[in-house]
Amino acid sequence: MSPFLQIGFGVLTVAAAMCLYRIARGPSAPDRTVAIDILGTLVVGFCCLMALWTRQDYYMNIAIAWALISFVCTLAMAKFLEGRSYDA
Amino acid sequence: MLETICYWLVGIGLAFDFFGCLGLVRLPDVYNRAQAATKCVTLGTCMILFGVALGAFGGVSVAMGVKALLCAMFILLTSPVGAHAICRGAYLSGVPLWEGSAEDAFKERAERIREEEIEELGEESGVQREKAQAS
Repeated sequence: MSPFLQIGFGVLTVAAAMCLYRIARGPSAPDRTVAIDILGTLVVGFCCLMALWTRQDYYMNIAIAWALISFVCTLAMAKFLEGRSYDA
Repeated sequence: MLETICYWLVGIGLAFDFFGCLGLVRLPDVYNRAQAATKCVTLGTCMILFGVALGAFGGVSVAMGVKALLCAMFILLTSPVGAHAICRGAYLSGVPLWEGSAEDAFKERAERIREEEIEELGEESGVQREKAQAS
């Protein structure tokens, strides 16, 4: 692994740790939801760096699927926060 | 040359990700945190994906580059939508603004939405009462 990618993984790990801090500490539910959304986007970036490191393209499939599921999860949580039912 | 540009894009994207998450920790309320973190992390991750796409077109495989561009497009479209939905939900669920906030443009509309919800709830409970009386 090149030193550039090592630093990259380190930076992303620190960023993910800050998201986890906000999930653990966040005073309200929307704080935690925002942090979970951001964590999902960070994982997509992580998958990209893995693809760049291993030169395998199936990591990009994981990234696309992760982005899709993260989006649906965020919208469901937002509807829940608004206090509406899921079919309206 | 292509690889140098790829590494520059990935590095700038990583810096954006880091500062976005710093905003998530440091800023005072949900709305500030959501806007800082969402903008920075969305654009940062898109930049990483563009960098990976350039690197993939340069040497690895075309399929990987196309997938990276597809993923960047998708994140660019969906992440703001998600953040907007969360902020709307946060406001309607009653999370207060930071006391230093200058303007609250959503206030009147939120009150109207709440009144409509209360009216709907009233109608629903009225219908239930009629059913209970009929039975």
